[in-house]
Amino acid sequence: MMDYNDSLLSRPRRDRAAKLRPVSLIAVPLAAILFQVYVPRFFPYLGYLELPLLVTVYFALMKRSTVPAVFFGAAVGLGQDSLSSQPLGMFGIVNTLVGYFAASVSMRFDVDNNTLRLFLGFFFFFFHQFFYWVLARALLGLNINFDLQQTLVLAVLNACVAVPLFHVLDKLKVAA
Amino acid sequence: METILNRYRSLTVLLAVIVAQLLLLAYQVKSNQEVRLIRIWAMTAVTPLARVIEATRSGTAHFFSDYFVLLDVREENKNLKSDLNRLKMENQFLKTELSTADRARALAAFQTRAQSKTVAARVIGNAPGATSKVVLLDRGSTSGVERGMPVITPDGIVGKVISVYQFASQVLLITDPTFGAGVLSQKNRVPGTLKGQGHSTCLIDYVQNEQNVETGDWFFTSGDDRVFPKGLPVGQVTVVRQGKTFKEIYVVPSGLANGLEEVLIVIEGVHQPLPEAPGTAQPIKSMPPPPPEPGTVAAPDGAPSQTTPTPSGVVRSTLTTDADQLLDKYKKLGESQGVKYGQNSGRLPNFNPSAARPEQKPDAKRDPQKPDAPKPDSPNPQGGSPSPRP
Repeated sequence: MMDYNDSLLSRPRRDRAAKLRPVSLIAVPLAAILFQVYVPRFFPYLGYLELPLLVTVYFALMKRSTVPAVFFGAAVGLGQDSLSSQPLGMFGIVNTLVGYFAASVSMRFDVDNNTLRLFLGFFFFFFHQFFYWVLARALLGLNINFDLQQTLVLAVLNACVAVPLFHVLDKLKVAA
Repeated sequence: METILNRYRSLTVLLAVIVAQLLLLAYQVKSNQEVRLIRIWAMTAVTPLARVIEATRSGTAHFFSDYFVLLDVREENKNLKSDLNRLKMENQFLKTELSTADRARALAAFQTRAQSKTVAARVIGNAPGATSKVVLLDRGSTSGVERGMPVITPDGIVGKVISVYQFASQVLLITDPTFGAGVLSQKNRVPGTLKGQGHSTCLIDYVQNEQNVETGDWFFTSGDDRVFPKGLPVGQVTVVRQGKTFKEIYVVPSGLANGLEEVLIVIEGVHQPLPEAPGTAQPIKSMPPPPPEPGTVAAPDGAPSQTTPTPSGVVRSTLTTDADQLLDKYKKLGESQGVKYGQNSGRLPNFNPSAARPEQKPDAKRDPQKPDAPKPDSPNPQGGSPSPRP
């Protein structure tokens, strides 16, 4: 039953996995992390942009394979962790899950669609913030408040940024 | 088994990666140690880049500011040459210069004035995370920076060092939700705990509803947290509300009010007294001391002298209430009759020595209802001799 579904739904989309330049796989996440480190110093409101998350989502959607997406998400998350004040693994775990679910979605849907990209940007930002909050409370015992209204607004903003960002990142694809 | 793993390969990989990170996390939390090597690698990779970016930005900004300043000076010179009111223009220019005084100069002045030993540092980056309030400084262990050191500006406290690397250090800002510090209000010395909220204001927690804190009050560090020296400004109260048990007090951190570019890391902190609130420093009008009672010798400060015999024969001491005088009187009576109070000897002193005299003179009849007439040798309590009745 599972094989039948896979052959019917997933196979065609998996075959359409985009090839990305190897350099971009390292340079883009690094640039996203550095953006988050330096740019908010001069434009504090840009601190709410989770570019590493959006990059993780994009690469997971484009690879259309869960295993590379898991490792990519873990690497980006640990990169964020190493520059943050929290113990290593907090962003790592969250981004690993984001990578896995984004790749799973890409095997079922047409992720080149802008509306879907907008929705995915919104959903994964919310998921990222919520799961990070859960981990911080459950694993570290931090008493951090989860501001639902603020998170929803930021999710919308990040989703709005995700669509043009994904278009820019589309330019990095290698022509088949 | 192998078939199952192959079939659920992606799920297995996901679980393996998450479990590995959970173990890493558990190790750090359990042992209270961080995986320093990975952080050092990351910081070493990022710090030079940060310095280059900061130097480029700062250089470009200074170049343009210098260019425009020079343009202004040239124009001003032209105006000064042509204008007869030269001194006025010069004064204007100096005023402009003063208003745009270099922040580093002000920082250096504060540094020499402050009692604590400090090291100036520049902010070169922020830590990742939408709600994270951690900044990166360009001073590290080579400059003597250590974990836990407070970071301040001339306007107030900024945060504390949470990680130190060779040429950089991370500072947890006071607005971070995990930050806490002991504070004291300036006006009524109300103690509380400063907590970050993740945005521009901070909460002062654990202040009882009965305590008196008003909008506009200043809070200073109390020194109780052993991080910040006592007496550093924290911020001004903007909102005060009654809570369930504790007041809800919000302050705007004064150290972060003017942006964050240059800061001071306190290497050796010195506690300072809190400055007096403006209202309490005003003189309070008080009346002159009351005149001494008749028969007492006034002390230089206006109080009765220590032991002065009064006309009633009672030696007046610094105890001035009626009860104290009575206690003093009975104490002396007991001492004169050889009775010590507090010892259960079964003997009581005669508290009415004047009543005992008729026993010595049994022929003298006295009316028990009639009070004793004043003896000639004991003067009138009012100080005058008994006047004969008409």
